Amino acid sequence: MTAAVRVHGLRYAFNGSVAVSNIDLTVQTGEVFGLLGPNGAGKTTTIRAITALLPVPAGTISIFGLDVTRNRMAVRRLIGYVPQMLSADSDLTGRENVSLFARLFDVPRRQRAARVDEVIDAMGLTEAADRRASTYSGGMVRRLELAQALISMPRLLILDEPTIGLDPLARSGVWERIAAIRRDTGMTVLVTTHYMDEAEQACDRVALMHRGEIRVLGAPEALIADLPEPDGDLDDVFRAHVGDHLDDDRTRGMRDVRASRRTARRLG
Amino acid sequence: MSGRAGAPLDVSADLLAPPGRTGLRMVLSRIGTLCLVELQKLRHDKLDLVTRAAQPALWLLVFGTTFSQLRVIPTDVPYLDYLAPGVLAQSALFVSIFYGIQIMWERDAGVLSKLLVTPTPPAALVIGKAFAAGVRAVLQVLVVVLLAAVLGVGLTANPLRLLLAAGIVVLGSAFFCCLSVIIAGLVLSRDRVVGISQAIVMPLFFASNALYPEELMPAWLRAINLVNPLSYQVDALRGLLIGTPSRLLLDIGVLAGATALAIALATRLVGRLGR
Ligand SMILES: Nc1ncnc2c1ncn2[C@@H]1O[C@H](COP(=O)(O)OP(=O)(O)O)[C@@H](O)[C@H]1O
Ligand SMILES: [Mg+2]
Repeated sequence: MTAAVRVHGLRYAFNGSVAVSNIDLTVQTGEVFGLLGPNGAGKTTTIRAITALLPVPAGTISIFGLDVTRNRMAVRRLIGYVPQMLSADSDLTGRENVSLFARLFDVPRRQRAARVDEVIDAMGLTEAADRRASTYSGGMVRRLELAQALISMPRLLILDEPTIGLDPLARSGVWERIAAIRRDTGMTVLVTTHYMDEAEQACDRVALMHRGEIRVLGAPEALIADLPEPDGDLDDVFRAHVGDHLDDDRTRGMRDVRASRRTARRLG
Repeated sequence: MSGRAGAPLDVSADLLAPPGRTGLRMVLSRIGTLCLVELQKLRHDKLDLVTRAAQPALWLLVFGTTFSQLRVIPTDVPYLDYLAPGVLAQSALFVSIFYGIQIMWERDAGVLSKLLVTPTPPAALVIGKAFAAGVRAVLQVLVVVLLAAVLGVGLTANPLRLLLAAGIVVLGSAFFCCLSVIIAGLVLSRDRVVGISQAIVMPLFFASNALYPEELMPAWLRAINLVNPLSYQVDALRGLLIGTPSRLLLDIGVLAGATALAIALATRLVGRLGR
């Protein structure tokens, strides 16, 4: 079976400063794959290279066997993408937000309204559907974005920090939806997070990133079982392989924090 | 793929997903979609059309009526009539430049990357946005036209001329929207885009025939006027709405050419905004 995502030798630098290097990973069809690491580790950069938002100067990336640089449009029909920032259009209602993506993905006109209703319902937003997204809570915006990403029934769902900035209740709500999507559709999910506990629960396999490189890759249970001490968790795995704390790179993380604050303000 | 039984989400279609639209049909569909979004936003915020009519209203009322009485600017028609198309073009200019700047907000909020990851080629996105700016500008201009009519400006009632004038507004707005996308793609910073746009918008207006006829301009101003797309837009609108002599074909040709060039440049640059 062709892998859902295959990344080989990816390297990307922003104006000479290396953001990711030597990235090799394969996401199998049907699995939930987690890209983990502290802020600034290079998760978003990797995701943006996979979606072909960033031109890939070195390395190859293919999605379901299609090279992303050569088959950009075909690849985009296969993926649903939720970026790190809360990016629903706050000037539109929930339903309008989803309809927009139905049109952009050429969902046939006859099926459009029914499909929009269906995904809005699946994300638990039916009652709020005709309110403007500016009135939504952070968790609702995230679920709205999931609805937008699902409207085209993608084969690969790419979620960049789907729970960043949410309260614990909203976080578990988002993970529940992701689990349900997975259960109901068998969709492949590539997700990034810096919350190790969430990844441990939700992902079949994870890659731990640090300073632009993948340090270790495997199933959470297997990685934890390999630890010298019993009763460990993914945090311990990270420490064992990286040797320092998750919270270093504070300054690198500031950009993300500022960005999500800005979004929070924008969304009122 | 497995585990489909009893799914509340029907994915039977996913693997056999329709190939989707391609080529011209896709571009037209994307233009339609992005224009529709603009109409939906305006429906939620009708007040925006009114508040943005305030400035053109002031131009017409204060500048227009005063200079009509002073008769310092010699024109073939009453000065208020002469001025009205210039003010229309100005309000379309503001709307479309601002619309282009807004793309920077969309970029910072992640909306733009999400659009760029849909099966929408950059050209379709740019053209769609450009025409959406046009739609917004036409509706804005409509408010100003009503205002001008109330003030007694001798506007045409010929539906064909009005339609053509709307087309001119769309074309001009598409150009100016792309102009700010080009600036955005070059400087890649929201603050600088805002600064540069503010710095060019007034000179564009004053170095055009919006306020006074070309014959009154000093040579250097005439030179700018000659390459200023706004002047061609104003000339066309004046001819169509007021009936003053104009070079309609030249105007349309210049506007269409400038817009095509701007779309091509903006298309090359818009991908940079997704990085
Ligand atoms: N647009 C950009 N311009 C310059 N540097 C960037 C840009 N985006 C990310 N970086 C840098 O690349 C590194 C990786 O960032 P990122 O991929 O966003 O990490 P993560 O998503 O894991 O938090 C960081 O050092 C960050 O500062
Ligand atoms: Mg990130």
